[in-house]
Amino acid sequence: MSRMNETAEMSVTEYVTVTIGEQLFGLPISRVQDVFVPARLTRVPLAPPEVAGVLNLRGRIVTAIDMRSRLDLGKRPDGQPVMAIGIEMKGESYGLLVDGVGEVLKLANSQCEAKPANLDGRLARVAAGVVRLEGQLMVVLDVDRLLDMKNSALAA
Amino acid sequence: MDDLLREFLTETNESLDVVDVELVRFEQEPNNAKILDKIFRLVHTIKGTCGFLGLPRLEALAHAAETLMGKFRDGASVTGEAVTLVLFTIDRIKDILKELEKHQREPEGADGDLIHQLEQMALRGVPAKPQVAGSPVPHTLGRPLRPGEVSLEELERAFRETPGPALAKPIAAKPAREKVADKDEDDKTDGKAGNQSIRVNVDTLEHLMTMVSELVLTRNQLLDISRHNEESEFKVPLQRLSNVTAELQDGVMQTRMQPIGNAWQKLPRIVRDLSAELGKDIELEMHGADTELDRQVLEQIKDPLTHMVRNSADHGLERPADRIAAGKPQKGTIRLSAYHEGGHIIVVVSDDGRGLDTARIKEKALANGLVTEVELDKLSEAQIHKFIFTPGFSTAAAITSVSGRGVGMDVVRNNLDQIGGHVDVASVQGEGLSFTIKIPLTLAIISALIVEAGGDRFAIPQLAVVELVRVHGKSEHRIERIKDAAVLRLRDKLLPLVHLKTLLKMDGGDGIGERGFIVVTQVGAQTFGIVVDGVFHTEEIVVKPMSTKLRHIAMFSGNTILGDGSVIMIVDPNGVSQEIGSTASSAAVMRAQSQAEAARHAAAVDMVSLLVFRAGSPEPKAVPLSLITRLEEVDCRKIELSNGRHMVQYRGHLMPLVRVSDDVRIKTEGVQPLLVFSDTGRSMGLVVDEIIDIVEEKLDIQVSSDCPGVLGSAVVKGRATEILDVGHFLPLAYEDWFRRKDMQVDAAARTLLFVDDSPFFRNMLTPVLKAAGYEVTAVGGGREALSLLKNGRRFDVLVTDLDMPEMDGFSLAAAVREEPRLAEMPMIALSSYSSPEALERGRKVGFHDYVAKFDRQSLVAALKEQTADVDRAA
Repeated sequence: MSRMNETAEMSVTEYVTVTIGEQLFGLPISRVQDVFVPARLTRVPLAPPEVAGVLNLRGRIVTAIDMRSRLDLGKRPDGQPVMAIGIEMKGESYGLLVDGVGEVLKLANSQCEAKPANLDGRLARVAAGVVRLEGQLMVVLDVDRLLDMKNSALAA
Repeated sequence: MDDLLREFLTETNESLDVVDVELVRFEQEPNNAKILDKIFRLVHTIKGTCGFLGLPRLEALAHAAETLMGKFRDGASVTGEAVTLVLFTIDRIKDILKELEKHQREPEGADGDLIHQLEQMALRGVPAKPQVAGSPVPHTLGRPLRPGEVSLEELERAFRETPGPALAKPIAAKPAREKVADKDEDDKTDGKAGNQSIRVNVDTLEHLMTMVSELVLTRNQLLDISRHNEESEFKVPLQRLSNVTAELQDGVMQTRMQPIGNAWQKLPRIVRDLSAELGKDIELEMHGADTELDRQVLEQIKDPLTHMVRNSADHGLERPADRIAAGKPQKGTIRLSAYHEGGHIIVVVSDDGRGLDTARIKEKALANGLVTEVELDKLSEAQIHKFIFTPGFSTAAAITSVSGRGVGMDVVRNNLDQIGGHVDVASVQGEGLSFTIKIPLTLAIISALIVEAGGDRFAIPQLAVVELVRVHGKSEHRIERIKDAAVLRLRDKLLPLVHLKTLLKMDGGDGIGERGFIVVTQVGAQTFGIVVDGVFHTEEIVVKPMSTKLRHIAMFSGNTILGDGSVIMIVDPNGVSQEIGSTASSAAVMRAQSQAEAARHAAAVDMVSLLVFRAGSPEPKAVPLSLITRLEEVDCRKIELSNGRHMVQYRGHLMPLVRVSDDVRIKTEGVQPLLVFSDTGRSMGLVVDEIIDIVEEKLDIQVSSDCPGVLGSAVVKGRATEILDVGHFLPLAYEDWFRRKDMQVDAAARTLLFVDDSPFFRNMLTPVLKAAGYEVTAVGGGREALSLLKNGRRFDVLVTDLDMPEMDGFSLAAAVREEPRLAEMPMIALSSYSSPEALERGRKVGFHDYVAKFDRQSLVAALKEQTADVDRAA
């Protein structure tokens, strides 16, 4: 659907909004496969800190990425519920661990502004832009750059 | 049938089918250059392959057809007549191919007619005519086809209605775009070679494999549930399901496996061509070509392998003149080998060329900004060599400045990365270079041991597991420590130990306690113990490749979903082995281990295992353990007196008992210890009072003895000990022990020269050799032996010790070989230990056989073999 919309009216993009820490983020809905509650996460020793672990989602092995760690937003308080956004890239499944999933927003592309120059380094690398919503800012994430962890993970 | 020919047949048949279809399409769209190009290319390929395989008939036909189509390409208008002619030609080619498949050679016959027609047509330049209307074959096609849409039915009709020789057969063609789709071999008339196999799309197999994997997982889940329900009516059908699943899994796996040799097929020719082109003498060695691996993996490594071999030939091996200057054989060697190891397939490509130029790589790495000078200083040579896998190293400049090595190596690495593989390089400047490719069985189902460490479960591939050892305070195997390194003394080996928690840097992974489970693991020549907290069971697991984000972790080869639905990591024994090899503490263990081994080795040179016992007197007595067949304790009531001699029924025979001396009294109650000596079906029991110990001692008989049955005295474990001469006692049991007919003593007994510097061995072995039917002359040194031989004494065989003062066994053998008269005399070397180097050296100087010093049986067998040769020769 979203793809059709995209071609029909190029100027509109739908975003799934998520909260990580105190911040609101938006992910293009075309990249989101599903939203699920991560269960039975297996930690992976020696993995980069961003990788929270792996889990079995309907027979597929999903690599869970802790978005707080990825975006350098501090540690999640114990006991706080976690949601996961399912993303697929190059035939592999990823789950982005976030604090909460909000609504789906349909926004005109013109609303998406360039990211401010003083944005924190790590965030700046993965942000595609910023949208001014009523009362708060939403940072639009670039999924490909988000999953390209070469900068942080030591290249073997 | 030749594999190349078979491949040619399947591929050509496939190509021809495509040509058929495309030609028809082309006729409809004569202006479509794309289709023409495609046909042209296919026919050209067929022509080329035929030339390569030496099939002149096919080559001539394909060439003529190609020429005609070349005209089309040059702008001649396309007529139905011309297309029909080409189709005729294709059919003729198919006929020939069929014969080829049946008889494996081209059938007799001439194609002059067809070729002539083709040439004529090409010469005429194909006059411009109205296209389809002018065709002399009006029924060629039922109706025009829409571009790009060719149905099978239409094609069949089209071909059936095309008149001409040998054209009555329907052709199973299909839309050209689905080139590889599952295909019938189009040969139903004779079910010969071609029909034994069918081509199946890899995707189909892939899908099948995925389904089977899912089935296995589901089966595991069911088994897991049934483990918790003892009394279940599902048990039996579930067992059946489980078995069938396992068989299905095997079957599907089988369909995907292909020998790696398939990927190597083209290499000999590439090397041959390169060899001619570069003016180098190159030999390509291939080992383990039948190592099977997954077809998809095979496809993926084909190009990297070709690339590496090409690299080796081109840049690795020096020119002949340079090689000779460097003291190497003129002929350079490229060696390919493949084998299975620890659930992986290892492919090694090595050459004996100049190796990598570390200095140049450093320069290049600096120039490319990959490292700073400071970082570079900290890197080991091996780490520097790894730069050749970096992109950017494959620039044109690199070809000259880094002697071209590393060109495209980043591509190689990428290819391997895609299948979860790994490539490593080892190079010694001036001596050669080797690439080791490790390919995990990513798509495979393997048997794995499920273990626990630090609260998490892990799978260890069963293939690498040698055994499981449980240690606790009272068990016979204990964890010991050398400095900080923990080791396990398992039988006669020291195994370095490492806790899985420590390896994985998990919490609480400090040190190894006194208890736990040790998974004894073997990777190549290295054996080590992985300590885990718990061991569950073995399970068939479906290996799923690690996420690309985690693939750099050397400790894991993949992950899997267990029966209970949780994901666990599969430990890579190779990674563990490398980690162990690199940590300092374990290096200490390795050193200790090798020292211990070296010590054992050195000891073995002089050490003799002696059985120490008491008989008749309080002083200990000893005999070499190797001479004793068994130690027995018999019930005294079973000892019988017959014909004035003590006997005992032993293994269905009467065995005479002999006392070491008259002072030994045969016991009348309890059990009587015996040393049993056996030879070719006869046994003798030597009566002793008490068996004390088995010791390893350097045997040095210091005081010789006149007492019969005693060779002399030696110090054993700090005590003077009499060494007994077993040869003395054997005739006491059987007078004819050394003269029995079954010993094959010929009228002219074979003569044997026995050389050993140790009087003990001379005394010990002489009776043995005599017993084997030889007339033995024993001498104490190489010089003595040589002078005997030079003075004209003839011996049928020479048996010599290797370690001797003055002239050792090697020199003796070399000297003997120089005497033309003695050149044929068999020589057998005796040595206490046999390293491969020593064996090789022995062979070089002309020894026919090599026998361990105390291995009497082998010595006798070797003698029989060698002297039998002499008999035959005589």
